[in-house]
Amino acid sequence: MALIELEDVRRSFTVRTRAGRLRRVKREVRAVDGLSFTVDAGECVGYIGPNGAGKSTTIKMLTGILVPSSGRLRVAGVDPARERTRLAQRIGVVFGQRTTLWWDLPLRDSYELARRIYRIPDARHRANLDRCVELLDLGALLDTPVRQLSLGQRMRGDLAAALLHDPQVLYLDEPTIGLDVVSKAKVREFLREVNTDRGTTVLLTTHDLTDIEQLCGRVMVIDHGRVVYDGGLGGLHAAGESERTLVVDLAEPRPAIEVPGARVVRVEGPRQWLAFPAQDSAAPLLASVAARYPLVDLSVREPAIEDVIARMYAEAVIG
Amino acid sequence: MAETLTARAAWSVRSWWLVAAMWTRSIMAYRISFTLMLLANIATNSLDFVVLLLMFRHTDTLGGWTLPELAFLYGTSGLALGLANLLVGSIDALGQRIRAGTLDIVLIRPAPALAQLCAERFSLRRLGRPLQAGALLAWSLSRLDVHWTPDRLLLMPMMVCAGTVIFACVFIGGASVQFWWDEAKELQNSFTYGGATMLQYPPTVFARELVAGTVFGLPLAFVNWLPALRILDKPDPLGLPAAFQYASPLAAALCVLAAAAAWRAGLRAYRGTGS
Repeated sequence: MALIELEDVRRSFTVRTRAGRLRRVKREVRAVDGLSFTVDAGECVGYIGPNGAGKSTTIKMLTGILVPSSGRLRVAGVDPARERTRLAQRIGVVFGQRTTLWWDLPLRDSYELARRIYRIPDARHRANLDRCVELLDLGALLDTPVRQLSLGQRMRGDLAAALLHDPQVLYLDEPTIGLDVVSKAKVREFLREVNTDRGTTVLLTTHDLTDIEQLCGRVMVIDHGRVVYDGGLGGLHAAGESERTLVVDLAEPRPAIEVPGARVVRVEGPRQWLAFPAQDSAAPLLASVAARYPLVDLSVREPAIEDVIARMYAEAVIG
Repeated sequence: MAETLTARAAWSVRSWWLVAAMWTRSIMAYRISFTLMLLANIATNSLDFVVLLLMFRHTDTLGGWTLPELAFLYGTSGLALGLANLLVGSIDALGQRIRAGTLDIVLIRPAPALAQLCAERFSLRRLGRPLQAGALLAWSLSRLDVHWTPDRLLLMPMMVCAGTVIFACVFIGGASVQFWWDEAKELQNSFTYGGATMLQYPPTVFARELVAGTVFGLPLAFVNWLPALRILDKPDPLGLPAAFQYASPLAAALCVLAAAAAWRAGLRAYRGTGS
């Protein structure tokens, strides 16, 4: 069942820039330019793209904060633009850089406000809170004013606050930004639990690809307001035309070797780096190199997902 | 329709109350600072009146109004502005919220945005102004020899309520402008705080055009000037029909409609509905 549906959604902003002393030029910027995709219930989707690609604008439209300029949008059966407050009951939102918690009050008080604002029945609120406290290890923090929490503790607090009303969809905007390794791991573990056990649909934007590798079965890459890739993480390599690297240590230093199906990208003394298409097998290449040059050692390196995505962003800029 | 409208109004009030309660508890985390701020607030507000007192050391009347009569204007104007500021005054920080991106936090909650924003940073220390104004009003009533008739008795609470609503609408209307122009706060302050200061003085000391502007333009005259003419039995410098002196609730209702329309238009512009 599709929980999030977008059909040719567009959103543009008018930007006024100064041109000369008094004259101002209006310019239309298309932040989101014809987005169409659906997310099924229970999916965990990574939504990535370079800064300014339209990620935040999409999230703001999906939460009902912004209204699309055109196109059709449905989240949990609701048109976010028309029924913002009704939608709010069905979604949870965590902004990595803005907290919804009350700064000077104990964590507990923010959860109490959520109970009243979201009109959560007492028993359900208690059950959900207990679960979050256990999974996020918040027990000792409940009576601590939020301003005294570390960034990681606050993020855990924010996650709990976003889930007390049992939302069907959870949007996370950079949930691990600025966190240390341990906190990141805790947050990811919790999100996996929420996604698999509760079946909450998760859509997260991030610049940390480990989040995606560990959580998301599906990744969407967006650039210039359009989807440039939508599929599994593995498929990204093919789509991004990524390359693997064969590193060979020759018996003695030589000029760059020449073999079909690969090109030398780096030479350092007797060591040479050969790049070849990721989907090709390394065996024939290795055989042809070994046939011509005496080898001391070798290794094959998988492409880093960061590089793949960086290349994809760069291509999208050109294309 | 009417039912959903009352339900929505009740939910707005409840949301306001919930958020205001959170802020009250937040501020109580700093109890001493709260007490000092409240006292400072009363002291600075009282300075306005000290100016009036100094003036009356040189003259017995100002524009044909005696000191207790002026205190009546001062008290009613301060009470209305003070209560409006207490209830919705925080809305004037809207521009900052838009710049900081924290308006979005309000918009993702299932409660009316306006109610939440009015209660934002709610602080009981804002009670300073209405308390001090109320005390002065009580003093002026004890010194004035008002000929209390039923209509005058009724006008008193009506005037304070309508005045509060009118100032609240100026706050909200002014804040709405910040959706387009985020430095509009100063403009709004000149109408709220500036307007309240003007209303502390009798209408007779101002140019007729200005007074007419407060009747037919931004209807601040309905906060206290017009009803005060009736209660204190003073002549109307504009010579308007007596009905105007009773029309504060009507003016307040018109203000509510205008402020609501402005707020909706502003929020629509922010969210990007229409053009």
